[in-house]
Amino acid sequence: MTKPSRSSYDAIIVGGGHNGLTCAAYLAKAGRKVLVLERRHIVGGATVSEELYPGFTFSVCSYVVSLLRPHIMRELDLARHGLELIPLDCSFTPLPDGRSLARWGDRERTRREIAAFSPLDAERYPDFGLAMTRLSFFAKHVVDSTAPDPTSLRPRELRKNLRLGKALTGLDHDLRYLNLKLMTMSAADFLDEWFESDVLKASMSVSGIIGTFLGIRSPGTAYVLLHHYLGEIDGAFRAWGFARGGTGSVARAVAAAATALGAEIVTEAPVARIDMDGDRATGVVLENGDQIRARAVISAVDPNRTFLRLVGEDRLDAEFAARIKNYKLRGSSGKVNLALDRLPEFSCRPGDGAHLQGDIAIAPSTDYLEQAYDEAKYGAFSRRPYLNVVIPSTVDPTVAPPGKHVMSIFVQYAPYHLKEGADTWPSRREEFGDTVIDTLAEYCPGLKESILYRQVLTPWDLEQQFGLTEGNIFHGELSLEQLAFLRPAAGWSRYRTPIRSLWMAGSGTHPGGGIMAAPGELCAKTLLASGGV
Amino acid sequence: MPVPTPFHERTSALCTSLLYKEWAGYYAVKSYDTSLEREYFAIRHSAGLLDVTALYKYEVRGRDAGAFLSHVMVKDLRALKPGRVTYLCWCDDDGKVVDDGTVTRLAEERYRVTAAEPSFTWLRRQARGFAVTIEDVSSELGTLALQGPRARDILKDAARGIDMDGLKFFAAAPASIAGVDVHITRTGYTGDLGYEVWVPAHGALAVYDQIMRAGHPHRIEPAGLDALDLTRVEAGFIMNGVDYHSAHQVPLESRKSTPFELGLAWTVQLDREPFIGQAALVAEKQRGPARALVGLVYDWDEYEALFAAIGLGPSVPLGTCRDPVPVYDDGGQVGRASSRAWSPILKKYLALATVQARCAAPGTRLRIEVTVEYERKQIAATVTPTPFFDPPRKKKP
Repeated sequence: MTKPSRSSYDAIIVGGGHNGLTCAAYLAKAGRKVLVLERRHIVGGATVSEELYPGFTFSVCSYVVSLLRPHIMRELDLARHGLELIPLDCSFTPLPDGRSLARWGDRERTRREIAAFSPLDAERYPDFGLAMTRLSFFAKHVVDSTAPDPTSLRPRELRKNLRLGKALTGLDHDLRYLNLKLMTMSAADFLDEWFESDVLKASMSVSGIIGTFLGIRSPGTAYVLLHHYLGEIDGAFRAWGFARGGTGSVARAVAAAATALGAEIVTEAPVARIDMDGDRATGVVLENGDQIRARAVISAVDPNRTFLRLVGEDRLDAEFAARIKNYKLRGSSGKVNLALDRLPEFSCRPGDGAHLQGDIAIAPSTDYLEQAYDEAKYGAFSRRPYLNVVIPSTVDPTVAPPGKHVMSIFVQYAPYHLKEGADTWPSRREEFGDTVIDTLAEYCPGLKESILYRQVLTPWDLEQQFGLTEGNIFHGELSLEQLAFLRPAAGWSRYRTPIRSLWMAGSGTHPGGGIMAAPGELCAKTLLASGGV
Repeated sequence: MPVPTPFHERTSALCTSLLYKEWAGYYAVKSYDTSLEREYFAIRHSAGLLDVTALYKYEVRGRDAGAFLSHVMVKDLRALKPGRVTYLCWCDDDGKVVDDGTVTRLAEERYRVTAAEPSFTWLRRQARGFAVTIEDVSSELGTLALQGPRARDILKDAARGIDMDGLKFFAAAPASIAGVDVHITRTGYTGDLGYEVWVPAHGALAVYDQIMRAGHPHRIEPAGLDALDLTRVEAGFIMNGVDYHSAHQVPLESRKSTPFELGLAWTVQLDREPFIGQAALVAEKQRGPARALVGLVYDWDEYEALFAAIGLGPSVPLGTCRDPVPVYDDGGQVGRASSRAWSPILKKYLALATVQARCAAPGTRLRIEVTVEYERKQIAATVTPTPFFDPPRKKKP
């Protein structure tokens, strides 16, 4: 590591993931002296791209840019710092019986595709989209500001809640009912009310479960469907997409913006603990013993790691410690990354058409998805998992040599807590990888022969390599009881912590995980407004 | 009734959308897909192949070729080295712009001029007294624009007899593609790394096939004019007939523009032997132009708020809008925005606008008309230097 240039800063940010970097950029923009400390040799955290096989750049963990807040892109001028997003135009669901369903940006094409399964659904589909888009205005209010606190009677909070209430009551009756259903139902039940085609429902329901330890029939999964449409109201922003050069380009662009604004970023600088004086955080101690002081310490790592390791349970109020221990992490997914000699060919839809340029879901039926969850509930990884596959090299030639491809396979369910114990994951890793490849090869017969290199990441690996406690990609389950004013703990959703001058800026805070950068931004803005730095 | 270009047999087979427009008498593909999106992103991320044959092309040869063109154009072209290309404009006697285009010096006594409008008569009329021959080669030469970060790699594969790495920005060199003798220039209308390939019509299909073949592993896409129109706004390039009007084509004096008004002052070399429009341009320079062509960036927060107020998400057109809208300052209308485009890469709503010179300083906050739900509104827009999008790869060796 290079040494930090100073011994004292206005703010130290622990963890150089995209949220930590975003927070740093906003604080630096406000003129604060900021230091980011990253444990690994590169920034990005789980928003990272690495050349693990010569010529092939893998988006190792997160693989699509979801809902990166457009105003953050503008305020930090991320385009000028090298961020280029390529929208995903297609969701492709191959089926084992030789049929397939692809949903496109082109409405008429989508209608024809769905009509092959159900003419009724084909016409309902745009209605559904319109209803969800209108509802997502409500969601946008929530995502783009600090979490509402319905328990508070302070005038400011009441005003905020009133505004939210207005956004909700501004909706007509039907939509308000729909909103309540969305908040309480399972993705599968909710979609049952709209559609008859199981294939369509299966392919749509998966967006309700990604990254959670829930099944499509678990209550509370419906509202996540809304996330997909939130991208729609960002309209032309097309916030769902690939970052050119891999997901790590997002982190690199934010880091470049932060650096240009005067922030200092030091890699290979693992933090051992947060220094405290009484109930106030005063700085950090690195693993090499170096001590750096700051007026504010901001943790962009997950709440569990922040409080139970960097602070230490003995320095926490017992009640708060209990809440953090109850905060559910329990990772449920893994990742397989492949370098491919050629494009895979799906037997149900041969050729290298545009259906390979979006996301590809192995989610052939709702029963398939629920069965995959059943196994996970009892501590086994799914024998036939849900896969979300992308091949970014089809639209971004910078990530693979000409004619070659990189494939990213998100795999669910892979419970962190295997029945035999989480630490048995290393011995099961290759078996897990084989299961994934076997599953996909049922749809792409030539896949195995085209693999040049394979990386398998189990939830255990995600924890070891990226510091994601229990391998949870979102720094904590995105289930209703852990969202908004409850994230990460009731009363502590506004980036503050019970420890004075210690703040949180990671995905474990409102509005949660995914490459949104909102927690980092909102933390910085809240901290600045508080006068704490 | 338009006619097909020499590439039509290939492009029409790929144009599944059947979306064409007429461009200078030719069928030109607007977008191969129902949306320009894929083609736009190909230009910015891999490579797009565009048929730009419809450009007018003239060859000027002879002992006085350089002197003649220096007399017609605003730039001294005797100083242009063989193997170099330059961008410029030309004016009438009153210093009003007739057209803009490129001039390539192919050899000591051989130049090629590209133009947006038919210019043969105009050139011929000025040639008296010069030892030159002027030939209209518009229909003999097909032109392909290969634009995007992978363009060089593709041509390295596709072309023989040329050092693609040595071909600098705005350089020209002969090459052979699929056995056909072509010229390659490092030029384009997208503001990206890109090349234009000048092909004799008889070899057009072979060259097209070879480039597509070489481009396949690089994810080349055929691209249409809609994607081009979007990229050129990001690059801040003006368009004849859209952002300004040729002095030869307008019924009103007020619609004519000088190079200084169009932001083309950098192409004008005044201090030299007489050329067409020189006296008027000298006077214009002393006087200072009355108007200026500037880049504008919409204030997005205000834009979004207009839509939010009626319960809608911000809606932007995909592609360039060419219907002019008024631009204001506090005192009233100060100009018009002639090209407007949402930039998917920059996430900004951009415009090219002609405004009164006093409003042209970068950072000036003006107001632009926006129609939301059939109602005319105004929001802030900031004068911004162009190019809006300017990747280093455009000029890099």
